[in-house]
Amino acid sequence: MRRYFGRKLLVYALTFFLAVTIDWAIPRFMPGNPIQVMLARSGARAEAAEAMYTYYTQAFGLDLPVWQQYLNFWSALFHGDLGTSILVFPQPVAKVIGEAVPYDVALLLPAILLSWIAGNKFGAVAARSKQLDNTVLPIGYILTATPYMWLGILLAWALGIVLGIFPISGAYSYAMTPTFSLKFIGSVLWHWFLPFASIFLVKFGGWAIGMRNLIIYELESDYSHYLEALGAPRKLVRKYAFNNALLPQLTGLALDLGVVVAGALATEIVFSYPGIGYLILQSIQNRDFFLLQGCFLFIIVGVLLANFIIDIVYVLVDPRTRIGMTGEAA
Amino acid sequence: MSLQVEDLRVYYQTLAGEVQALDGVTFSIADGEIMGLAGESGCGKTTLGNSLIRLSARMRYIGGSAVLDGEELPIWDGERMNAFRFEKVSMIPQYAMSAMNPTRKIGRMTGELLESRKVSYHSILPELKRRLDLVELSHDVLNMYPIELSGGMKQRAVMVISTLLNPSLLIADEVTSALDVSTQKAVAEMLVEFRDREYVNSMIFITHDISILYQIADTILVMYAGKLAEKAPTEVIINSPRHPYTRLLISSLPTVGVKYAEEKLKGIPGHPPMLLDPPSGCRFRDRCPVAFDKCVEEPPFLEVEDNHFVACWREFEDA
Amino acid sequence: MSTIAEPTIGGMAKPKKRSEFLYFALRNNKLRVGLVVLTIFIVLALIGPLLTNYDPEAFVGPPSAPPSSEYWFGTTTFGQDVFSQFVLGLQSTFLVGIVGGGLGTLLGVVIGFTAGYRGGIVDEVLNMITNIVLVLPTLAILLIIAAYLEVRGVFAESVFIGCTAWPWAARAIRSQTFSLRSREFVDLARMSGINSWKIVFTEIAPNMMSYLFMAFILQFGGAILIAATLDFIGLGPTKGISLGLMMNNAVLWSALHLGMWWWFVPPGVAITAIVGALYVMNVGLDEVFNPKLREL
Repeated sequence: MRRYFGRKLLVYALTFFLAVTIDWAIPRFMPGNPIQVMLARSGARAEAAEAMYTYYTQAFGLDLPVWQQYLNFWSALFHGDLGTSILVFPQPVAKVIGEAVPYDVALLLPAILLSWIAGNKFGAVAARSKQLDNTVLPIGYILTATPYMWLGILLAWALGIVLGIFPISGAYSYAMTPTFSLKFIGSVLWHWFLPFASIFLVKFGGWAIGMRNLIIYELESDYSHYLEALGAPRKLVRKYAFNNALLPQLTGLALDLGVVVAGALATEIVFSYPGIGYLILQSIQNRDFFLLQGCFLFIIVGVLLANFIIDIVYVLVDPRTRIGMTGEAA
Repeated sequence: MSLQVEDLRVYYQTLAGEVQALDGVTFSIADGEIMGLAGESGCGKTTLGNSLIRLSARMRYIGGSAVLDGEELPIWDGERMNAFRFEKVSMIPQYAMSAMNPTRKIGRMTGELLESRKVSYHSILPELKRRLDLVELSHDVLNMYPIELSGGMKQRAVMVISTLLNPSLLIADEVTSALDVSTQKAVAEMLVEFRDREYVNSMIFITHDISILYQIADTILVMYAGKLAEKAPTEVIINSPRHPYTRLLISSLPTVGVKYAEEKLKGIPGHPPMLLDPPSGCRFRDRCPVAFDKCVEEPPFLEVEDNHFVACWREFEDA
Repeated sequence: MSTIAEPTIGGMAKPKKRSEFLYFALRNNKLRVGLVVLTIFIVLALIGPLLTNYDPEAFVGPPSAPPSSEYWFGTTTFGQDVFSQFVLGLQSTFLVGIVGGGLGTLLGVVIGFTAGYRGGIVDEVLNMITNIVLVLPTLAILLIIAAYLEVRGVFAESVFIGCTAWPWAARAIRSQTFSLRSREFVDLARMSGINSWKIVFTEIAPNMMSYLFMAFILQFGGAILIAATLDFIGLGPTKGISLGLMMNNAVLWSALHLGMWWWFVPPGVAITAIVGALYVMNVGLDEVFNPKLREL
């Protein structure tokens, strides 16, 4: 077990290291001076631009030798200093990101978890009967093949504009300010629903299909046949098949996280939903490199952390990893 | 009579057509009898064994009947068969080593299986433990996952589980094939012990290895190409077989103390017919050293001596 | 050349491999439906530009016009013909699929196969690399790279995608290689003294063909989806048209609010249909190659 976790941690550590290095390296090795580009976009006046130029050059450490820049970057990171945003100058990046995080968590966590749970249940049900299979299957494939933002667009148009039920931009009504009132929460929920639905539906399709295929496979296994030979009722056989099929789905969940981030990004753009994705878009459009770097790091840490949690859960759930199979069962 | 099988036919569905794997077999097994079922690969012995308890997806019941302790087994109806499975008919499958759910502790799986069959795990636990002792498995096994056990241990565990409800008929499908020789002996003896203690009433022991049958079987039934060739008490089959196929089988067995430097070990030249479109008449015809013109007609499976059945025209000449 | 023993069912030998696959393939519903849908779009992509005589980027008609006999898919807010953009976008989509998907498959196969065949330390190292790239939210990296590069082309985009999507294929190929490597017929070939490369090509490769093919299909579909997302965010090619870009423009220019469904519905339908068809074909192929899953 120690070996298993040790290996995983090593992978995560290396990934983190690599990701941070890439994050640090890219602006410095791209053609042109990043600071000039940033400033040109920000459209500041000459004197202000001068001051910002010196400030940022110093902040970026472009006047220092390369290796020192690198080390400084790491040390700043560990101090939680992600720099200052140009877009909303002079707010620190950490603060800007901090404000966006709750919206992302509220959007992604339920979407990911609920779609996984519901998708698995549906997939299991579909594997049971031919009829259900013939309806669930095509729907599942269509859903999982749908690009997130397109579903978002469709929902926004159909339910938001044509039917006028849901609002299609922002996290809450622009007329309000965040308070703990029922009205505010209601507004938040209303705005939350469509983005949530787009992500949920697409992922739901994927999990349902995956589960259905896995269960069919499990039902053909030796232990299923043995149980049937001993007269076990279908319910028991299906229960075992389901439990065993969940394991690869769990792994799939972990691997999916990096992808979901992308999908969420696109969805947030469609709905102008103020999560990290939207921040990334704005920082790209406005060439706010600090903000971009900060968002990216945040995503990295989030994905790695989630992966780690899932790894722990997996060990708890699959006895085979606990007993310690030597070498990886490919 | 414990088990009576009458003209049982089970075919396999394939794209190319129906494979007539089990093509009309009739025999019976008495109470407490261990019948060995022997034959080459593809002769239908596993199909026979399986058809008595669970038809796989590809198998199709065509006709015939199987009556166990006076009750007909509804083998064509999976749902109704459930009532008979485990309690009346049970099986130690060919894949015993992977027969247990890898993510469930053995005790828990057994408990859930029993509860689903309306048997209280708690009440049967003492008996379960006694049987584990019998097969020399520690009680700790119940608290372990299948992956923690060796192949032989898993096999014994499955033996205990399959016979827990004292079935009337136990089908043991190639249980010794994957084991080393000393374990084979131990497992075979355990099965006999089960029968002696009346944990099981009668048993069908499927194998391609006649030498094991010599050790434990009361009678041996030899199959060839989906049909029965010969059935007789073990002694008779080994020492005075009457069907040409059985004779060739027995004579092709290596004997202790004999050197084969001069004479090579004899096999049986040729191979069994394709059962997709089997030849008419006796199916052994093409490989039989004593085939004659009557063999174009299929020989019936007749009793030529007390409890000795053969399907060969040559043998009926005397009777 | 292969020394695979033909399995028998009740004494019957299986029909020859190639015709067996073809036979199943042609009868498999999923495969047929998927192929039909895919072919429709491929044909559209190839001959589409011949059907229209409008330059997709030119302002040819009345702005925001709904579909009509003149402008089959209507026009954009600038009066550009949506259909012309659509078929050109289809071309770019297929290009990304082939190049990106192809590159991803190639990398995945090379890395996965080497890891699986060599084993040992080579496997460990490659495995670690695979896991790292797998966990890395590659889109984020793509974002950064794409953000800094001012001019990008479709080809560059495809290469990005190929370079980051290969871990999936690598994993599948690796596990398949593992199981094949230890099979008896490979040992047999090794013992008879045939050199490694020959073994690879004559014994192992034919058995892997099915997996390679399926891996490519998945990579193809995946590449299309990723490209659409990138284009939508605005990190796609800076020139030319693609389906994702069309959607981006539609949203940007308030097509939603103006109810110009003809602008954003077709691109999405196309992507969903193509990727869906690919996935369905993949399952169909799985059934063809894996007898256990076939339904008689």
